[in-house]
Amino acid sequence: MIEIKNLHKSFAGVEVINGITLDVKKGEILALIGGSGQGKSVLLKHMAGLIKPDQGQVLIDGKEIAKLRGKTLSQLRRRLGFLFQGGALFDSMTVFDNVAFPLREKTKLGEAEIRKRVVHELEKVGLSGEEEKYPTQLSGGMVKRAALVRELIWEPEIMFFDEPTAGLDPIIGQTIMNLIDNIHKQFHFTGIIVTHEIPKVFEIVNKVAMLHGGTLLTEGSPEEIVSSDDPVVQQFIKGEIEGPITYY
Amino acid sequence: MNESPLELIRKLGASFLFAVGRIGMMGIFLARAFLYCFIPPLKFSLILKRIRFIGLQSTLLIILTGAFTGMVLGLQGFYTLNRVGSTAFLGPAVALSIIKEMGPVITGFMVTGRAGSAIAAEIGIMRISEQIDAIELMGLHPFRYLVVPNLLAGIICLPLLTAMFDVVGIFGGYLVGVKLLGVSGGIYFGEMASSVTMDHVLEGLYKSISFGVIITWVSCYKGYNTGTLGWGAEGVSKATTQAVVLSSVMILLWDYFMTSILF
Repeated sequence: MIEIKNLHKSFAGVEVINGITLDVKKGEILALIGGSGQGKSVLLKHMAGLIKPDQGQVLIDGKEIAKLRGKTLSQLRRRLGFLFQGGALFDSMTVFDNVAFPLREKTKLGEAEIRKRVVHELEKVGLSGEEEKYPTQLSGGMVKRAALVRELIWEPEIMFFDEPTAGLDPIIGQTIMNLIDNIHKQFHFTGIIVTHEIPKVFEIVNKVAMLHGGTLLTEGSPEEIVSSDDPVVQQFIKGEIEGPITYY
Repeated sequence: MNESPLELIRKLGASFLFAVGRIGMMGIFLARAFLYCFIPPLKFSLILKRIRFIGLQSTLLIILTGAFTGMVLGLQGFYTLNRVGSTAFLGPAVALSIIKEMGPVITGFMVTGRAGSAIAAEIGIMRISEQIDAIELMGLHPFRYLVVPNLLAGIICLPLLTAMFDVVGIFGGYLVGVKLLGVSGGIYFGEMASSVTMDHVLEGLYKSISFGVIITWVSCYKGYNTGTLGWGAEGVSKATTQAVVLSSVMILLWDYFMTSILF
């Protein structure tokens, strides 16, 4: 479904992604792990077509996303959902309007049906009664949950999650992970999760890819990653200070 | 260290190409904005919100600046005309100055300072907090939500605010010239009616429409491209400052161009 072929990207002369090749199959969830500044979010934004590569390709269903324009790009993007690190809720809208926005703009549902669905979905993530609040009146966890509902309410085929649990307490973090898992079981979307939530994320993904120094260090099932004999992988997933990773 | 002439020429060339590139990008931005004005659906509720923000909420400011501009013109005009015994022309002097130049230009400056800066900051914050990316990733075009409503509201509001400025300014001149300094009210308005033609009114109208485009275009462009100026609060602050400065300079340049070439 998603194929990344020999991807390269530099910013101001610094190579952030250096020849990554990776693929994600339909219905699969991939966890992208790696140290901070190793290019995970940049890779995710390439997959969503928000950044164009210097070299290489990102193909979604065989179509090169960087070369799509206008209607074709819009049609492809209508199948994608993206949970940004900061939520990216619209400041000028209430929680209700934020969640209703994609339904109002992308579907022909009536206002009554939209209200019913939004209220129901917000209730599922514990945001009942918060509908009329603005994003600035919410806590970090509430923003993340509202943003997650906004992205998942129209059931996208491909979901990108950029650190969905960053900055949240462990309980809310686990709630978000469970929510992603439940919705995946229900709708079978293809998902890519950038996260540092190790080993929690291993419980809900089919595949893990670790980036290091702008390259793909290793990929495999969560079990394969946990039992990897690569000292870099082991140091990273165990969070050890001593080891081959010295950039901290 | 002294640079070689060749290096200097290379740098000059690079700067020139960069400037041409930026102008081109701004031009394409405006063309796309106009294009989206004609591709339905237009977001009428958003357009109304922007009219409220750019137009209605600027009313008090325009009335205040219009009144004092007219009053100071009445005062200065009276003393100047009094030297040559032509105070009868105070009405036309105030009206023509305001209708042709001061009204559109000062209204443009006021709207730039009040609304243009806010538009640039708002869109800039949406850019750095990835809200614009979120719209794009929904398969929707951000221009439809962020640029078109501002552009159309600018085109609608600037002429109306300018007309308000003109009327209040003329009465400000009347207050000083007639009520304070003793010029006859009949002469003030009588000479004005015979000197001011529809062409003068249209000149001010065309200018104000074009200033509405300039202010919203530049402000939206600077906000939309906040990332290219540096991220974070500094990026938004630069975008806002540049929006105000560039809009103000462009208003003056375009005003001169329109006055000298078109009228």
